[in-house]
Amino acid sequence: MITEIGHFALLLALALAVIQSTLPLVGAARGDPALMRTAIPAARGQLVFIAAAFAALTYAYVTSDFSVENVFENSHSAKPMLYKVAGVWGNHEGSMLLWVLILALFGAAVATFGANLAETLRARVLAVQGMIGVAFLLFIIATSNPFVRLDPAPADGSDLNPLLQDPGLAFHPPFLYLGYVGFSMAFAFAVAALIEGRVDAAWARWVRPWTLAAWMFLTVGIALGSWWAYYELGWGGWWFWDPVENASFMPWLAGTALIHSALVVERRDALKVWTILLAIIAFSLSLVGTFLVRSGVLTSVHAFAVDPARGVFILAILAVFVGGALVLYAWRAPALRSGGLFAPVSREGALVVNNLLLTVACAAVFIGTLYPLLLEALTGAKISVGAPFFDMTFAPIMVPLLFVMPFGPFLAWKRGDLVGTAQRLLLALAIAVFGTIAARAAAGADGPLLAPLGIGLGLWLVAGAVCEILWRARAFTAPAGETLRRLSSMPRAGWGAMLAHAGIGIVVLGITGVTAWKSEKVVQMQPGEAEDIAGFTVTFAGVAPRRGPNYSETVAGFEIHRAGEVIDAFESSKRLYDVQRMTTTEAGIITFYWGDLYVAIGDESDEGLTVRLWFNPLVPLIWFGAITMALGGLLSLSDRRLRIGAPRRARPAAPADAGAPA
Amino acid sequence: MRAAPILCGVLLALALAVGAAPAGAVNPDEILADPGLEARARDISSGLRCLVCQNQSIDDSEAPLARDLRILVRERLQAGDSDEAVVGFIVARYGEFVLLEPRLGPHTLLLWAAPAILIIIGVLVVFVSVRSRGTPRTAPLSKDEQRRLDAALEASER
Repeated sequence: MITEIGHFALLLALALAVIQSTLPLVGAARGDPALMRTAIPAARGQLVFIAAAFAALTYAYVTSDFSVENVFENSHSAKPMLYKVAGVWGNHEGSMLLWVLILALFGAAVATFGANLAETLRARVLAVQGMIGVAFLLFIIATSNPFVRLDPAPADGSDLNPLLQDPGLAFHPPFLYLGYVGFSMAFAFAVAALIEGRVDAAWARWVRPWTLAAWMFLTVGIALGSWWAYYELGWGGWWFWDPVENASFMPWLAGTALIHSALVVERRDALKVWTILLAIIAFSLSLVGTFLVRSGVLTSVHAFAVDPARGVFILAILAVFVGGALVLYAWRAPALRSGGLFAPVSREGALVVNNLLLTVACAAVFIGTLYPLLLEALTGAKISVGAPFFDMTFAPIMVPLLFVMPFGPFLAWKRGDLVGTAQRLLLALAIAVFGTIAARAAAGADGPLLAPLGIGLGLWLVAGAVCEILWRARAFTAPAGETLRRLSSMPRAGWGAMLAHAGIGIVVLGITGVTAWKSEKVVQMQPGEAEDIAGFTVTFAGVAPRRGPNYSETVAGFEIHRAGEVIDAFESSKRLYDVQRMTTTEAGIITFYWGDLYVAIGDESDEGLTVRLWFNPLVPLIWFGAITMALGGLLSLSDRRLRIGAPRRARPAAPADAGAPA
Repeated sequence: MRAAPILCGVLLALALAVGAAPAGAVNPDEILADPGLEARARDISSGLRCLVCQNQSIDDSEAPLARDLRILVRERLQAGDSDEAVVGFIVARYGEFVLLEPRLGPHTLLLWAAPAILIIIGVLVVFVSVRSRGTPRTAPLSKDEQRRLDAALEASER
């Protein structure tokens, strides 16, 4: 019964979405406030009904109702509760439901907190959101219905893919979707602005926090996914340039460009036309990302043909939204006049460089990801575009961007002082050079030649971000009290930008460390035997079987010694899941400040247990850096300037305080 | 600013090194006694795609087919083949799909050239839009104005 209520709620949500996408548009065109305001209850109602549908599906999962096909296919009665709940979005149908739930959440947020928006703009934004809702709800109901029943009901389910039964992956999709759908806000605002023919600072002030929030969630989502791959796939890889990863990375790159270009619109009334285009691109890539991952088209073009209804629907949605928005853009964008002149060397100029390189990097990833599909569709030739291609094209675009990044925040709007900025960054340069030399000395002459420069680049980014804050606080040039006062009154957006920029540097340090100085051993060990790696001695204690809720595992015990003393003990195991008969690796990972000791076990034979040992220097910094970036976004969001609905303060007398950076 | 191209090379080389380093799925019984040969085998394996997996190299994959290919690569190396000959042997058997780094050819020219083309287009677009923005938008001189200007210039040159 509850399942049918969920199904019905979904249909009601669709009806409301149709209303939300039409009446407010008509109202805005005619200047009829009553029609425009229909968007508000429609958006709220949509949230209520989709939430009800989502709750109904969750209920079916929690109670293991295998008469629901979706539950039967993706759950099992013995599965732990966390994964019963996570199973709701661990499949195509359920994940689409989560997608529209988040969309409805954002729509209701605009309806509720958007009172300070111009009435026509709010009506149009909500209408565009409504259209996205209509498309996705139709897609779910017509081709991907999670509420289909089975008769007779099977006795038990066929379980969730064991690789997905993991805390990292349980929360990975919701974060990713919060990011993807978050960009729908930027998209809706962009399309509404094109219809209105008007983009101003107030528009940018609304778009920025939404984009920043979406970017922050996407950052966390990608980091979670990478961390999961690191510990779950059993060999310590953290990024594979897999099409599925690229699908989430492309919107991230476009979104990163967007939060920077929207800043120029807000502060200087320039780059409007470009920012609108970027907003359309960011959401289009989110759509492509959602569908690429879910349609199976990535493994082969032919997977698309297996389920033609879904494939055609997906293409239609892409064509309508991406094509429609671009046509509207081509038609209306020339009417948008940009103000704000600026010199090439200026904050605006730096942000243009940022946008240029990020966009090209994004395009390179896009082409590399889709080229094999296109080639196969056109000529039938099958090629692979793997990590080597992306490494060779992405790195040369990103390294120059990273190198000039610390300069940006120092430059003034309109006209910047490059020589002065270079002088202010001397301290960061000194730290970077010192770090490079130290890394070279520590690694020895036979170490990788270029890796010390990678360490230098990472330190340059971190120190450059810190230098900027110190400079703004007039550290070393003003009395200490003055510096402290300036630090405490610095806008949170300033601290946020510093954290985000420093976070990139931390990620670079982690990537360099693990790439250049990773050490590995593959051995066969008998109980009691020991193996040395990276200054540690790892002793194998023996294996024992163990029972989990829905799997049996072989657990190997290890002890770590250094300088003759036991410093820790840990386990590494291989799990065999009961239902799907699939094995997963649960690596033993001991994290030290300077790296991870990573131990995975293989098969057992007469000669012993196959043990793979790695020492991954600096690798935790990759995720620590990503979290630092996300925290920077959070701090920026909490800035009162961006807080939604914050009472407007009288404009401070002197906004000339060098201005809050991104 | 001179450091930029050097640094550019840094990450590139770092990235290239990624493929060679991880131990992936190699089993102890597969490892060759000769460390030089084994290093070459690892290097080659990391560039070959496991055909039954999604986007994993045979060096990383635990699939039986990947193991067979790893052993095949090592056999060819032990038989004295050069790296190119080993890769050529595998490609002849399994097609170009097996290469994670697509070969440069007419069918991949666009792929390899795209990033450079995009950078050039991007720089041109920025340049042109900055130029057009920098020049104030004023109406061109009318014929009468032009004639008077020319006359004035002529007068001043005399």
